[in-house]
Amino acid sequence: MTFASLTRRSAILLGASLLLLGLTFEVRADTTILNVSYDPTREFYRDYNAAFAAHWKKETGETVNFEQSHGGSGKQARAVIDGLRADVVTLALAGDIDEIAKAGLLPADWQARLPDNASPYTSTIVLLVRKGNPKNIKDWDDLAQPGVAVITPNPKTSGGARWNYLAAYAYALDRFDNDDARARAFVGAIYRNVPVLDTGARGALTTFVQRGIGDAFISWENEAFLARAEFPGQFEIVMPSISILAEPPVALVDRNADRKGTRKVAEAYLNYLYSPEGQRLAAKHYYRPRDAQHAAKEDAARFADVRLFTIDDKFGGWAKAQREHFGDGGVFDEIYRPGR
Amino acid sequence: MTHAIFALPRPAPSVLPGFGLTMGLTLTWLSLIILIPLAGVFITSAGLGWTEFWRLASDARTVAALKLSFGTALIAAGLNVAFGLLVAWVLVRYSFPGKRLLDAAIDLPFALPTAVAGLAFTALYAPNGWLGSFLVPLGLKVAFTPLGIVVALVFIGLPFVVRTVQPVLADFDKELEEASATLGATRFQTIRRIVLPTLMPPLLTGFALAFARGVGEYGSVIFIAGNIPYVSEIAPLLIVIRLEEFNYAGATAVAAVMLVISFALLFVINLLQAWNRRRIGFAG
Repeated sequence: MTFASLTRRSAILLGASLLLLGLTFEVRADTTILNVSYDPTREFYRDYNAAFAAHWKKETGETVNFEQSHGGSGKQARAVIDGLRADVVTLALAGDIDEIAKAGLLPADWQARLPDNASPYTSTIVLLVRKGNPKNIKDWDDLAQPGVAVITPNPKTSGGARWNYLAAYAYALDRFDNDDARARAFVGAIYRNVPVLDTGARGALTTFVQRGIGDAFISWENEAFLARAEFPGQFEIVMPSISILAEPPVALVDRNADRKGTRKVAEAYLNYLYSPEGQRLAAKHYYRPRDAQHAAKEDAARFADVRLFTIDDKFGGWAKAQREHFGDGGVFDEIYRPGR
Repeated sequence: MTHAIFALPRPAPSVLPGFGLTMGLTLTWLSLIILIPLAGVFITSAGLGWTEFWRLASDARTVAALKLSFGTALIAAGLNVAFGLLVAWVLVRYSFPGKRLLDAAIDLPFALPTAVAGLAFTALYAPNGWLGSFLVPLGLKVAFTPLGIVVALVFIGLPFVVRTVQPVLADFDKELEEASATLGATRFQTIRRIVLPTLMPPLLTGFALAFARGVGEYGSVIFIAGNIPYVSEIAPLLIVIRLEEFNYAGATAVAAVMLVISFALLFVINLLQAWNRRRIGFAG
């Protein structure tokens, strides 16, 4: 955009605005995108929004502003269902966006509209242990041993923690030749080692770090890196032999975007996540990029090679996993039934 | 229409006009703020159907959570009555340096975001906290047990008792105690026959308020409770869990049960109040 066109546009807008309000700024006319996201994406989207705004300015000459909202994934989904005017949602699990789709705000096939299950970046589940790994925790079965205290949030209240549960379950299924009963017993043993069942990942991390409770903390890989950076020298990351590919998906909220007239820029915003720049930033903020070649070398080196199952391989997709494991009276509830 | 209905028992003329108007406003206001949202709870939970509602309400885990929530709230309210009375007594009857500061501090639990209180208590009582590092080796675990819930609820409920007892105590005629003493009553008799009956109504009110507040408390408890199902999982957390399942009806079912029990208990407390008033000879 040239200086001349900018001033001309400003002049027109200024005139119009003055008529309406007496005093306003050109900013009023810019597009604002509300991205409703979950907790640990805060730093990533701050960087990414700036990068996309620069990219969009270069491409179209338009200025785009961003509003970010962060919170527990399920709570954020409910806020959108209840009327928060998100243009895009970038949440921790497909199940939460499915619920928004059920409310009619976007089509049911939303996950097919973008590549890679609409998850431009992924992560996996790892174990965070105290410095020197005093309990010698190497893999999932060490968490099921008596005398080991494990910290993980309640998967019923924390969407992100459902991946934790599923990672342990996937390991058990693999180890016990898909014997469901033994897998349940195994995961039950891990959860009976949990002395404090926090409602969210942040609270659980506080319990583990500040309260000094527990020998191992089950964590998303990106959050484990964040925690290690935040508390240097206190923790080590243990990569289990098997984990799950955590796919935090993104979606356009059609009804809101159409109402606000932001569809074009919101779509471009999501697509740009798959671009080399988007992938580079995701890797910088500890998410595994889909396209590893775009990550900076030191970022790419961070991600250990490990066998990762997808939720489709082992659990037949979110809808099924949600119903069987986390629904009312599901497998997770059974763990705590007395007499087991 | 409404005017005709409510105006039937014509009240005595008052200096302030407009019984119809004020009554109408009162009803509208109460409807907007209390009755309509509460009706919403029952209507949403009615969507479940009776059998499903009953299955949820009588589920062992729901029952365990309800017992925990109401049990800890009752214990905490009881403790608050005892210690709140003591605090109010000291603040009203004695003067000492820093009294005003202390008096102002009583209201802190009202003002402080409850999550902050919960975090502070957890930090104190956790095995590596200031108090916890002494208590836990003695076998007294507070954080992440039901005892921790009681501690949080005592904190939340204290100002309710102190602030209801304080004004009554301030108005309480000291001469009554002196008369009782001159007539030969022992200190214990004076407290039992003179002081406590007068303070009973505000104590009961304070108890009811602290209890009601404790039952619904979520923010502070969630940090200190540990939240283990059947052990330290409070009923409001069950509501949140149902919401996370996008199960609005299930969430309101628990809420409806809590409302009914709370209402019944508060009703009993009110009956006690009335009985107490009659007993000590006030016009009810």
